[in-house]
Amino acid sequence: MDVDQEKPSYIALLEVPEDKIEIVPGASADLTSMTFSIKEEDHTLGNALRWCIMQNPQVDFCGYSIPHPSEAKTHIRIQTTESTNAIDTMNKGLDDLKAACHMVRSKFHQRLTEGKYTRSEQ
Amino acid sequence: MALEDRNRVVILEDRVENISGAEFPLSFDAQQPSRSLEELKNSLDIKIVHITATEIEFDLIGVDASIANALRRILLAEIPTMAIETVYMINNTGIVQDEILAHRLGLVPIMADPQDFNWKLPEDPPTDQNTIVFKMKVECMKNQSAAADETDPTKMYINSSVFSSQLDWDPKGDQATRFADKPIKPIHDDILITKLRPGQLIDCEIHCQKGVGKDHAKYSPVATASYRLLPEIQILEDITGDDAELFRNCFPPGVVEVVNEGGVRKAKVVNARKDTVSREVLRHKEFEGKVRLTRVRDHFIFNVESTGAISPETLVSRALDVLMEKCDISKAALAKAIKGDMSDE
Repeated sequence: MDVDQEKPSYIALLEVPEDKIEIVPGASADLTSMTFSIKEEDHTLGNALRWCIMQNPQVDFCGYSIPHPSEAKTHIRIQTTESTNAIDTMNKGLDDLKAACHMVRSKFHQRLTEGKYTRSEQ
Repeated sequence: MALEDRNRVVILEDRVENISGAEFPLSFDAQQPSRSLEELKNSLDIKIVHITATEIEFDLIGVDASIANALRRILLAEIPTMAIETVYMINNTGIVQDEILAHRLGLVPIMADPQDFNWKLPEDPPTDQNTIVFKMKVECMKNQSAAADETDPTKMYINSSVFSSQLDWDPKGDQATRFADKPIKPIHDDILITKLRPGQLIDCEIHCQKGVGKDHAKYSPVATASYRLLPEIQILEDITGDDAELFRNCFPPGVVEVVNEGGVRKAKVVNARKDTVSREVLRHKEFEGKVRLTRVRDHFIFNVESTGAISPETLVSRALDVLMEKCDISKAALAKAIKGDMSDE
């Protein structure tokens, strides 16, 4: 069986575009202000990532938009203080979001094993 | 704003106030800490309320709406399942046209774990690793043993109705041994696909493949996945006597009870969770200034109902896996984009 049981992939990787993330022209020279264009993503990642990035005290502004409803693209705008830059902030945001999901997931599994809930067949 | 009010949505008779949170660094005062991961670790809690074979109710507490909403959106549209994608119509003399019949077949939920299968791209040939095959050959005939004056089509004819149970799984390759303990079949046997009359027949081969709900709703692993905020009823001033009875009747049964405290009948909130937040109580002049209806902004009551192919608790866990995988993919893409930008210059 050539299905990878260890680490299942939920997203068809071959459908991930080559240039999934592009940096929209117009970034500031010191890289503190930048807009990232992410293909094949929507509010699911856009809003959650925006929230995660905004938790960073170094971030002055973060917002997301979907420029056109029939284009599968999400723009994320980040403006930071001079002590960091938008790319690092973006990276940290993605790491934080993943860590947050991981936290929710382990808490969910912990509660499942504790079994403090009612269970019925129907 | 009072500290305890920061995560409350206030329900007023004609409007809803304080809808969006502002839990971001420095939004209230300079000393306010960021709601960093460390703080999320403290605030985060999950309470599982009830699980059945197809449903789960749990409370997700202490996260932002964007995370709860991402979870809900992924449950609806981005967890893979197996569904009928292609129907090869060999013969169809029934009244339902080929494309309508194929569409109806497509919506039949299939009992198969998508993790046992590979993705099939349009150019890939169907194999036992990416396709499930069903055959359906149904012919309607007169029932010779039916009474002469019978008027019920189900008794007059054989196969007058075609049900999902008539889909025959045709195991390919090693599928018969791989799925010996969990045979692949439609989840429900009693889904009416079409009706036939004597002389009409349907003969087709059906291919299922892996897909996600954002491509077509038939791939959605859930019947519903929704959340609501926990309602809260604050009694600001004692409500006593006959007013207490009136107050109780403003809410669904079990939300407010009238208790006897030192000979005085008094209204007491017992289970605000059951409240539908109908705002009926705000229509009564006698309760003005005595009651405040709010919702807890970071307390989400999730209800997930699976179609039956994947257990509801597995669905929640997989939804979080999908979101984590999205982060990984974007992180790799970001590294690539920066590298590409550097080499351009």
